[in-house]
Amino acid sequence: MNDEPLSETTVDSGATAPPRVRIDVASEQTRTTGATLFSLRQVAVDYGDFRAVNDITLDVPSNEITALIGPSGCGKTTVLRCLNRMNDLIESARVHGSILYHGVDLYGPHIDPVEVRRRMGMVFQKPNPFPKSIYDNIAFGPKIAGVKGNLDDVVEESLRRAALWEEVKDKLRESAYALSGGQQQRLCIARAIATSPDVVLMDEPCSALDPIATLRIEELMIELKTRYTIVIVTHNMQQAARVSDRTAFFTVDVKEDGQRTGVLVEYGDTGMIFTKPDDPRTEDYITGRFG
Amino acid sequence: MNAAAMRTAPDSVARALTTRRRDFKGTLFTVVLLGSLVVAMAILGTLLFTVISGSLPVWRSRGVGEFVGSQMSADPEVAGIWQAFYGSLLLMVFTAVIALPTGIAAAIYLEEYASDTRFTRIVNANIRNLAGVPSIVYGLLGLALFVKLLGGITGPEVHGRSVIAGGLTLGLLVLPIVIITTAEALRAVPTSIREGAVGVGATPWQTIRHHVLPVAAPGVFTGTILSLGRAFGEAAPLLLVGGITTFFSTGDSNLIETLQGRFSAMPVLVFSWSRLPQEGFRALTAALIVVMLIVLLLINGTAIFLRNRFEKGVRT
Repeated sequence: MNDEPLSETTVDSGATAPPRVRIDVASEQTRTTGATLFSLRQVAVDYGDFRAVNDITLDVPSNEITALIGPSGCGKTTVLRCLNRMNDLIESARVHGSILYHGVDLYGPHIDPVEVRRRMGMVFQKPNPFPKSIYDNIAFGPKIAGVKGNLDDVVEESLRRAALWEEVKDKLRESAYALSGGQQQRLCIARAIATSPDVVLMDEPCSALDPIATLRIEELMIELKTRYTIVIVTHNMQQAARVSDRTAFFTVDVKEDGQRTGVLVEYGDTGMIFTKPDDPRTEDYITGRFG
Repeated sequence: MNAAAMRTAPDSVARALTTRRRDFKGTLFTVVLLGSLVVAMAILGTLLFTVISGSLPVWRSRGVGEFVGSQMSADPEVAGIWQAFYGSLLLMVFTAVIALPTGIAAAIYLEEYASDTRFTRIVNANIRNLAGVPSIVYGLLGLALFVKLLGGITGPEVHGRSVIAGGLTLGLLVLPIVIITTAEALRAVPTSIREGAVGVGATPWQTIRHHVLPVAAPGVFTGTILSLGRAFGEAAPLLLVGGITTFFSTGDSNLIETLQGRFSAMPVLVFSWSRLPQEGFRALTAALIVVMLIVLLLINGTAIFLRNRFEKGVRT
C-alpha cells in the first residue's frame, strides 16, 4: 500500500500504479478530495476587443478530474490557460472576474505568475518536449525551481509516475525527439509533474495521439488524480466520459452582430451531464446532433 | 452488361491515365527559370575566370606567402597586401566585438521583452530602413562622428583616421542587419517550446536563456557572420573614414596603439590599385580579389559549420 491519504475514489492504484518513491513536497492538507481548489466567478476573457469567453462560474474540486468539453472556439482552452496565467503570454489578453486558487485570487496585484505556474503542471495539445535529452527535459523544472544536488531520483520518479520509465531508462541522455508521439506526450506529463505541482492542466493531451497511446494517457490520468487535481480540455466526449469526475460543457454563443463568445452551458457530475443533461444544447452535443 | 462494363473499364481507365496533357505555360515557366539560372551562373563564372586567370602571373612569380606577407608599395614588383590583409582582419574582429553583442542584445529586447506598441513598431520599421541605407552614408556618419568629433579618442595621433573609427563605422553599418537576422531567428523559435518552459515555471529570462537562445543560435550565428562578410567587403565607408593604401608600419605597437593607429583594408586597396596606371597592378589587383574571395568563403564556411554544429537535435 502506498502511504498517501487516499481519497474515497474507487481507483485501483495498487495494481497498475508504478512503485512509488515519495518526492512530493506539496502540503498534505491540500490533498483532501472534494475541497474546492479553483473557484471561478464571472470570468470573462478578452483578446483585444474580442470577448472570447463570458461569464464562467464554476468550482474545481481537488483530486478529481474535471473535463472541459465543447465545440471548437467555445473558449475551453482559454479558460484552462487562465488557471496558470498562461494567457499572460498573449499581450492582448485580459481576464475579468475572479479566479481563486486555495482561496487566493490568482490575478491579485502581488501574485507572481511564475510561482503560480510552478504549482501547476501543464500538458499541451501537441507534445512539445524541449530539444534536449530526456533527462534534461524532466530536470529543467526542478532545477529552475531551486532543487539542488542530484536530480536522478526526481527524474526517475517522474518518469515512473508517467509510466515511461521502463521504456526510456536506458536512454535518458538521448534526445527527446527520438521518442514516439505517445512517449513524447508522457514525457511532457512527467515534465509537468516533476516540479511536484498541485494541479495538472491538460489541453487536449491526446488529440495528436493514436488510440493506444490515448488509452495509456487516460489510464495515467486516473492514476495521477490520487496525487494531483487534473483539469483536462478535450474534444473527445468519450474521453471525458471515461476519465472525468466532473464535466463542464461550453458552447459558442453567436450574437446578432456575429460576435462569437464562449459560454458555460452546464457543469456537474460527468454521469449526470452524459445521461441526464439539464440543457438541451448539452444533449444535442453529446448525442452528436451538434457540430 | 455488367460483364461488358468490367471488360472495357480497364481499357478506358488505362487510356485516361496515360493521356498526356500538354502544359505549355508550365514548360515555358521552367525554361525561363532555368534560363535565369544559366545567365546568373555564366556571369559569376566569367567573373571568377577573369579574376583567377588574371591573378595567375602573381602566384607564379611571387607565390601566395610572399604576396600576402609583403608590405604595400608603389612599386608593382614588390608591392604586397600585408597591411590591408591584417587591417581587414583587425576591422572584422573589432566590428564583431562591437556590433554582435549590441545587435543581438537589442534584438532579444525587441523580440522578447518590449511590448508591441506603436513606438516599438516604429523602431522596428526604422531598423529595417537603416539596413537599406547606402554604405557611403554610414561612411559620412563615421567621418563626422568618429573621425572629426571623437577623433581625440578614436585616434589622437592620426586625426581620428584609426582602426577604431573604421571599426565603429562598419559596426554601425552591420548593426541593423544583425538585429534583423537575430530577431528573425528568435521569431522562428516555436511557441510550443516557450510555452513548455513557461509552463514548468520558468521566468522569462530562464525561458530565453535555456530554450529560446539555444534553438535560435544557428540562425543567429549564420545571420551575424554573413553580416560580417558584408562589412568585410565594404570599401566606400572606409575610404571616407581614412583607410589608406600607402606604406605604414604595423610594427611593435600595443593593442591600444594599434587600434588608435592608421589602417588599411583589402577593399580599399582594390579601389586604389585598380586606378593605378602601371600595368603590373592589374595582376596584383586580381590576386588581391582572389584573396578576398577566399577569406569570404572561409567566413561563410564558418557560418555553415556553426549552424550545423548548433542545429544538432534541435529540429522539430
